Amino acid sequence: MSLLSSTPDSETGPVADDRRVGLLAEITAGLGDAVAATHLIPGKDLWVRVNTADWLTAGRFARDALGCAYFCFLSAIDWLPSPFGKGEDDPTEPPPERSTAIEQGFTGGATRFQLIARTVSLQRHVGITWKVDVPDDLVEVESWVKVYAGADWHERECWEMFGISFAGHPGLRKLYLPGGFEGHPMRKDFPLLARLVKPWPGIVDVEPLPVGADDGGEAE
Amino acid sequence: MTLVTDRQQLAYVAAQAADARVNIELETEGMTLNIGPQHPATHGTLRIITRLDGEQVVWADPVPGYMHRGYEKLVEVRSYPQVTTLVNRIDWLGSFANEVPFILAAEQLMGIEAPPRAQWIRTILFELARIANVSLFLGDMGVQLGALTPVFYAFRDREFVLNQIESATGGRFHPNYDRIGGLKEDLPKGWIDETRAVMGKMRGFCDEMEELLLGNEIFEARTRGIGVIPADVALSYGLSGANLRASGVDWDLRRDQQLPMAWSQVDWKVWTHPDGDSFARYWVRLQETREATLIVEQLLDGLPAGSIMAKVPRIIKVPAGEAWVSTENPLGEMGYYIVSKGDTGPFRVKIRSASFNNISIVPWLLQGVYVPDVITILASLYFILGDIDR
Amino acid sequence: MTFAVELAYWQQSILRVVGVLVAVLLPAGTFVYVFLFKMMSFMQSRLGPMEAGPYGSMQLLAEVGKFLQKEDLAPERADRRLFVMAPFVVVVSAFLVYVAVPFGPDAFFADLSVGVFFVLAVSSVSVIGILMAGWASANKYSLMGGLRAAGQLIAYELPMVLAVVGVIIQAGTLNMQQIVIAQNEGEIFGFGLLGNPYVLTQFVGFGIFLIATQAELTQTPFDMPVAESELVAGYMTEYSGFRFLLFFIGEFATAGAFAAIAATLFLGGWGIPFLDMDANYMNVVGPFVLFGKIMLVAFLIFWFRFTYPRFREDQLQRFAWKVLIPVALVNILVTGLLKVAF
Repeated sequence: MSLLSSTPDSETGPVADDRRVGLLAEITAGLGDAVAATHLIPGKDLWVRVNTADWLTAGRFARDALGCAYFCFLSAIDWLPSPFGKGEDDPTEPPPERSTAIEQGFTGGATRFQLIARTVSLQRHVGITWKVDVPDDLVEVESWVKVYAGADWHERECWEMFGISFAGHPGLRKLYLPGGFEGHPMRKDFPLLARLVKPWPGIVDVEPLPVGADDGGEAE
Repeated sequence: MTLVTDRQQLAYVAAQAADARVNIELETEGMTLNIGPQHPATHGTLRIITRLDGEQVVWADPVPGYMHRGYEKLVEVRSYPQVTTLVNRIDWLGSFANEVPFILAAEQLMGIEAPPRAQWIRTILFELARIANVSLFLGDMGVQLGALTPVFYAFRDREFVLNQIESATGGRFHPNYDRIGGLKEDLPKGWIDETRAVMGKMRGFCDEMEELLLGNEIFEARTRGIGVIPADVALSYGLSGANLRASGVDWDLRRDQQLPMAWSQVDWKVWTHPDGDSFARYWVRLQETREATLIVEQLLDGLPAGSIMAKVPRIIKVPAGEAWVSTENPLGEMGYYIVSKGDTGPFRVKIRSASFNNISIVPWLLQGVYVPDVITILASLYFILGDIDR
Repeated sequence: MTFAVELAYWQQSILRVVGVLVAVLLPAGTFVYVFLFKMMSFMQSRLGPMEAGPYGSMQLLAEVGKFLQKEDLAPERADRRLFVMAPFVVVVSAFLVYVAVPFGPDAFFADLSVGVFFVLAVSSVSVIGILMAGWASANKYSLMGGLRAAGQLIAYELPMVLAVVGVIIQAGTLNMQQIVIAQNEGEIFGFGLLGNPYVLTQFVGFGIFLIATQAELTQTPFDMPVAESELVAGYMTEYSGFRFLLFFIGEFATAGAFAAIAATLFLGGWGIPFLDMDANYMNVVGPFVLFGKIMLVAFLIFWFRFTYPRFREDQLQRFAWKVLIPVALVNILVTGLLKVAF
């Protein structure tokens, strides 16, 4: 039972901090140039972004050198802001202007798609979130299947949802979606069809206000 | 005359063709059998395509997705409070447990923490969700093996737990009780004593299951040595929860991770089993259910007074950033990776559900296994379709 | 069947037909209601059917009506003739068993001098019916159920026969009526009040016979052919309406038939030891006594069914060949030795 209090303090829980700081040092020492950027929130988590060419190396390094035997998950983030907003557009009006600037989160990056993967070391009680840029021209990264057998299904899901290919994967085929499905649903430019088929009910005022009430107020 | 002969000949040829079709389908080398999507043994619409040689599985491929609801896309158009409703329904047997990691991740991004009373009540309800979920498994594994009776006891005794969840939150199956910053409302009067009584009943239920099933020779013969998962394979596939602990790995997120919940404030034990077979998985879950009742009782005894909601603005805007929180859910490790851009709703949420990883091991695990053992193994891995498919 | 009143042959035949229908369907119906609807429900902490009739007693009638009005379906690629014949084969074997079972000193359908042999032979006709159903359904699950059934039912025929041999040695005859009389007029070391029901001396045989019966009826723990959570309904999956009703009735009628054999061979059949075995009133009391003993045996069969999980096919076979048959053989040996000694 740990005596660590659970309050998020700016003066950090010292044990977690040391662990992650030490881990970060190991990673930068072991991977060297492969590491593009890192981000550490003391007491919370450690993010490491590696270069695209070194993705598989990073995976091997995590499993063998860092002792991260546990594979948590592997997924992707599409940093393009959705052209459909939150699906609350009034269909009778032209769509509003929206920013199309691609802004990555922690550890930065330069591409629209990024992979995130998480590996955990049970001995050290710490996990690392790995990130990598997926090149915009050839949307492909190396597969982690040889390193973690569980990455198989996660990469299949990534491929069908985002359209990211994985070089070296034994068989990229659809996991969730039916055979004839076209498109990659989790991409931001793939609309949420439910909001297109029927407009979001919150944008229109269905009931007219009672006679005698002052100015409409709620008119859209 | 010729007409009759022609017709006879045609009929004969047609009969031969029909026979040939049936023969090809039933050829004993590699009969392809579809287990599911409609099948009593798969808890929901999971389809497993198996190729059999006699009664042995040569190749197995699960095809999930019959229940894919696209949660990760749906949450992108919703605000944070709306997401809890959605997220309840991932693992629908232990629903409160699905809300907690999401709320904790959002709170982590906002930099706030729920007051102690809320944390303790969250933990109590979390453990109640675990009891409700796993007690069904204890009976259900019996049904998969042919013992029809224990599952009725499981449903009957589970009702007590569901009653307690309902009286606190208003919903038996989908509480939707967690809010960013705390809880929806406080516990009703008398709830603590009632829950204590219910925990005693659940311990009686666990003892009954232990006698009825664990002590049964046929049950042991059907589950010992079946579906052995070595620890390193389990880790590389990302197996979690009781599946991992039954392979001998001593890892429990409640103990091994610091979260603003009350597990570190009470005394409890992590159960592991070295064998890694189906019997071990059942055994570990049984002990965990009993342990959960003890945790709840200790939490009820020490429940602090105070408010149940921290100060949060009415319209919740979560500051920009990324956060990952995972908890030891009844099915395994469930986590949410929230990417926020400072909006009222999340930018991207990755839902890491336990059963997805637990089932990804099935192709590896089912090689060379008999068909009845397939059912045993699936039952012992214990997945919920909503958890696999999200 | 002999009567006090002289009846014409055609009248006797009608009486026989009605009699065998009652003899088969009455225990089947009673089992379904008492054990399947009520006892299973009470064991599972629920009430069972309560609406149809007082305490749900008319439920079986309602079910029969429901099945009769269903559409007559057959899968497109099913072998039509086999598909149609299979349920009848199963039901017929149950009827045939009752032919040799005595219900009273003069109440029997046929007094066969090789009654036991006939009964055991004829009860295995249902195996053919199950195989036919599994094959003709053109459904992979049914086929698997049928194949499992074939292996299991043939494997468990042997222990059943061997278990009964002990009784035959003790009674000295294959005639079922004589076995009943021998049990009720026998004595245990001179104490004649309880007769000599062979369950006391042949308890090993009784146990093996019950286990083999459980397997012959494909009841849990031996219900691999009908493994409900795997094969849905095994060889019966594609059957609906009247054909399924025939299988259903056949299952319970066969249960009744085996229970009747067990009651006759081990528990003393229709007789009560201290009552006069030749009296005429035993023709009326006998069937009720036999029915009571059938219910007792069936209670044991169904109690096991609702409690235990099921064996896997190879464990099942191993149990039959490596455990039951050797034990039965030893039982025969010991019985023979003791019969010569005493």
